[in-house]
Amino acid sequence: MFAGISTSAGLLILAVLAGVAIFLTIEGIPGITADPSEVKSGQSFWPWVGPLVLGTLIAAAVALLIAIPVSVGVALFISHYAPRRLGQTLGYLVDLLAAVPSVVYGLWGIYVLSGTMAPVYAWFEKYLGFIPIFAGPASATGRTLLTACIVLAVMILPIMTAICREIFLQTPRLHEEAALALGATRWEMIRMAVFPYARSGIVSAAMLGLGRALGETMAVAMVLSATAGVVTANLISSTNPSTIASNIALSFAEASGKSVNALIASGLVLFVITFLVNFAARAIVDRRKEFSGAN
Amino acid sequence: MTQLTTAPPQQPTDVGRALRTAQLPTAAPRLVLAAAIVVGIGVWLGTGTPFLGVLFGWLTCFVLPIASAFVEGSRKATDRLVTVLVTSAFGIALIPLFSILWEVLRRGTQVLGIDFLTFSMRNVVGEGGGIYHAMTGTLLITGAAAVISIPIGLFAAIYLVEYADGNRLSRWLRFLVDVMTGIPSIVAGLFAYALFVIFFGEGVRMGIGGSVALSVLMIPIVVRSSEEMLKLVPNELREASYALGVPKWRTVAKVVLPTALAGIVTGVTLAVARVIGETAPLLIIAGATDSVNFNLFDGRMATLPVFAYASQRNPGVPPEFSIERAWGAALVLLVIVMLLNLVARLVSYFFSPKGDR
Repeated sequence: MFAGISTSAGLLILAVLAGVAIFLTIEGIPGITADPSEVKSGQSFWPWVGPLVLGTLIAAAVALLIAIPVSVGVALFISHYAPRRLGQTLGYLVDLLAAVPSVVYGLWGIYVLSGTMAPVYAWFEKYLGFIPIFAGPASATGRTLLTACIVLAVMILPIMTAICREIFLQTPRLHEEAALALGATRWEMIRMAVFPYARSGIVSAAMLGLGRALGETMAVAMVLSATAGVVTANLISSTNPSTIASNIALSFAEASGKSVNALIASGLVLFVITFLVNFAARAIVDRRKEFSGAN
Repeated sequence: MTQLTTAPPQQPTDVGRALRTAQLPTAAPRLVLAAAIVVGIGVWLGTGTPFLGVLFGWLTCFVLPIASAFVEGSRKATDRLVTVLVTSAFGIALIPLFSILWEVLRRGTQVLGIDFLTFSMRNVVGEGGGIYHAMTGTLLITGAAAVISIPIGLFAAIYLVEYADGNRLSRWLRFLVDVMTGIPSIVAGLFAYALFVIFFGEGVRMGIGGSVALSVLMIPIVVRSSEEMLKLVPNELREASYALGVPKWRTVAKVVLPTALAGIVTGVTLAVARVIGETAPLLIIAGATDSVNFNLFDGRMATLPVFAYASQRNPGVPPEFSIERAWGAALVLLVIVMLLNLVARLVSYFFSPKGDR
């Protein structure tokens, strides 16, 4: 009987995962097929969800661009630069970032980070305005896409750092010592022994981070002053594209009828995107049998 | 003999030159760091903006690789440059952490008090009111989520470790559980809504729905951490139990689980800490209210994260009090999460089996 309970618990989890897809589809389909006049946006589904998908992808991609170098650097610092005894404690410090609830990140993004960044954006507009992403006009409140991306980057930093750190620590000791014995400096040792060994791990860490960034809701919903249906690559202006997740959070409470179904359908789109990204990331991780830990 | 004693005295230093290139003194990194701190503080006091102080202090650190490029050559200079960059990456990661902790403490403590913790928001306009309703809601919903998730997650982990024997189902289950850890929280909320709307009709808002949504997020974490812990139980213990004629289920219940208990408790506590701060799913399915609601199956239920969000979003007039309360709720939430993390670490530190691991 014990075996039966255990097996059915396992099957139940698979059923839940299937259930997420099934129930979202059941409730989402009326939203996809809804007539433009039946939903609040007044648009049919795909033209409505398209800009949201683009906004989601842009926000996640920029967050990832910020987070990758920092997390690789932090992981290297903990694994190869900091004194060994300190390493674990420093790791805990970075892990603390993962414990901060998303709504706290949201508050911090609005009231602290936006204010700090607003003068920086003005500076960007003045001196880097020739680059399209900094074209401006710079938002005076600082509640821009770039601010949201920075918050997202901070939020995905812990998981990416944890995975990179694990992988860097697993580099065969002999490879490192051989490189050092040949007269390599520490950086040359890292470039020639650690990075080639850790490449797939870094890629999967980045993809897991991407999955998190795609689905993160509250930080974006709170920080961004979004305008519906905008598609722009301008990161520092006050007209910003929304993301799927934040759009759901912001409009769900007031939605009714087919609009609810449309929101659920957009959630289904998000689910499919993140599922594929996570699936690919985990497949890469799983291919390395020696990898363990850091989930 | 005499010829030997008059050997040219320069020779040893020449050999030394050939083998060693010039080096910066060992204390150079420390000196540059000290200089950077002095410059940083100087600029901060001079301009009054801490931001510029940090920026210029940071820029000063690059004196080290530049000096190294002139004295030691490009390879050493690159090495020192990377050292500066890697160390500053760590510094960059710590800035938001300390900034968040500091701001939440500073702004949250302004409103904190006995009243704030024991009053709800019912009939409160402007100043006053508290988060009693949100705290009870958070505890009830998270508690129910734990009641749903822990048995399912634990039994699934037992299946994976004790019964599956690495068959195809278990490999898929393990893989999909990993994928499930990446489900966006808002999708979990939508799932709970889509499930409940079938039975209760449109616009359903229920505390238990929040628990279901949180369970979707919590189960994979419980499975993964429990699985790791069960794997750590030495096989000798199981075999000793079998040798005494104990059936498998009794072995699992009386030998394996007690041995792994501390680790499992740690994992479950961390999982609770992880979901207790979730906002998005509760916003969808549990909604927000100003009153105390103890019934998970009846109507809207306030929770701390949603309360903090709603207070910021719809502050009313004048906005200061509501935003103050949002920070207060954020502080209480952060304290709860940090306490749970601390408890988890303490449990694993004091109660894990002392062995030769």
